[in-house]
Amino acid sequence: MSYSEKLIDHYENPRNIGTLDKNSEDVGTGLVGAPACGDVMKLQIKVGADGLIEDAKFKTFGCGSAIASSSLVTEWVKGKTIDEAETIKNTDIAKHLALPPVKIHCSVLAEDAIKAAIADYRAKSAKKDDITDTRSDSGHEHAHPND
Amino acid sequence: MIFTSGATESNNLAIRGVAEFYKDRKNHVVTTMTEHKCVLDTCRHLEQSGFEVTYLPVQKNGLVDLEVLRNAITDRTVVVSIMAVNNEIGVIQPLEEIGKICREKKTFFHTDAAQAAGKIPLDVEKMNIDLMSISGHKIYGPKGIGALYVRRKPRVRLVPLIVGGGQERGFRSGTLPTPLCVGLGEAAEICAKEMDGEAKRLKKLQERMLKGLNDKLSDIVVNGDLEQRIPGNLNISFAYVEGESLMMGIKGLSVSSGSACTSASLEPSYVLRALGVEEDMAHTSLRIGLGRFTTEQEVDTAVDELVRHVNKLRAMSPLWEMAQEGIDIKSIEWAAH
Repeated sequence: MSYSEKLIDHYENPRNIGTLDKNSEDVGTGLVGAPACGDVMKLQIKVGADGLIEDAKFKTFGCGSAIASSSLVTEWVKGKTIDEAETIKNTDIAKHLALPPVKIHCSVLAEDAIKAAIADYRAKSAKKDDITDTRSDSGHEHAHPND
Repeated sequence: MIFTSGATESNNLAIRGVAEFYKDRKNHVVTTMTEHKCVLDTCRHLEQSGFEVTYLPVQKNGLVDLEVLRNAITDRTVVVSIMAVNNEIGVIQPLEEIGKICREKKTFFHTDAAQAAGKIPLDVEKMNIDLMSISGHKIYGPKGIGALYVRRKPRVRLVPLIVGGGQERGFRSGTLPTPLCVGLGEAAEICAKEMDGEAKRLKKLQERMLKGLNDKLSDIVVNGDLEQRIPGNLNISFAYVEGESLMMGIKGLSVSSGSACTSASLEPSYVLRALGVEEDMAHTSLRIGLGRFTTEQEVDTAVDELVRHVNKLRAMSPLWEMAQEGIDIKSIEWAAH
């Protein structure tokens, strides 16, 4: 199979390999795929106080296209808000890397991974807000910085 | 010997030809789940035209269980087709024992010997082989030529696939490509002369490779029996590293991925699945071939390259990370996609 230069570059020099603390409140973790299907992606985002994604890390078990797709999205999400990051489409990833038709599922998985990481981050924030809300019951109205 | 275009045609001719000829009396074919696609597909076609086919399972080591084979053969069985050496895992089936059972049960024995010819001794008398397929390019001969051995005593009859001028005793019409036939003959002669020495040399290389990998990597598994195996084959699962990504890294090496991830099906190798290899491990396998022109130096380079890339890919594998943390990946509920 012939791959594009961009894909090979991401495979050979993957960006942002690593792990963030999944227990940290400002980190969202997405784990998608399955070992039996031959690909698993773990994608993590760290959201700063300003609401922007300040760091992103990935680890991927899968073919070269899967590794390149996840490497690419970690680059793309950095500096974006989670709402902006959520709009990344698998078709954009597939187009950028010129994925062959049988590898389109790799880009779908990468989109799923970023969505899962965002969902995890949101769930954590909501939980945090709940706790804050309960505490603020006795007193003044709690103002969320993002409201 | 009947010249054909290759082992695919030989296998088609042997199985379909013999089944068609004896179809008035017999309607059953026995084969195994790990045969080459051209045997399996020929059997599927026979099923569509009313034949019954038994696909025997294999044991964990890739070999057929002789008792299971014996029990599968009925008085309606026309042919048993079992490959001599498997193309993915290199295991050698117990041909002599299989031949003996077939003769006792009065059924023909066909073997696809494409991966065995020139590498291990094959004696159609001692092994009671009635039909045997071989291929030119698998024995360093030309592409586009193969042959089918058809026993004369007791005589095996076939319905030809290609009819016409009646060449090759009427089994395969059409003018033969003389240069290719001569090439196949020469290649066979060279293999026969070098067989003993080559087997010893390749065995050393195989052991060197395996030792090199085992010394530097953990969590690697050889698929298929290591003893009943041709020395030119290694099929290894490198746990937590997907096979195709590993292939992409070791650019200087020509190997094949047991995982068929390059096809749209995303199915791992059916041969490994038949051995009971779990799907996640099947996705991590590579088939490594050692041959006449492989040197010790090349084996050492290959080991270094494999070790370097397995380590690199494990460092970015979430499954490796989980394994290091003591998390059993089977305990996780993975979403299907």
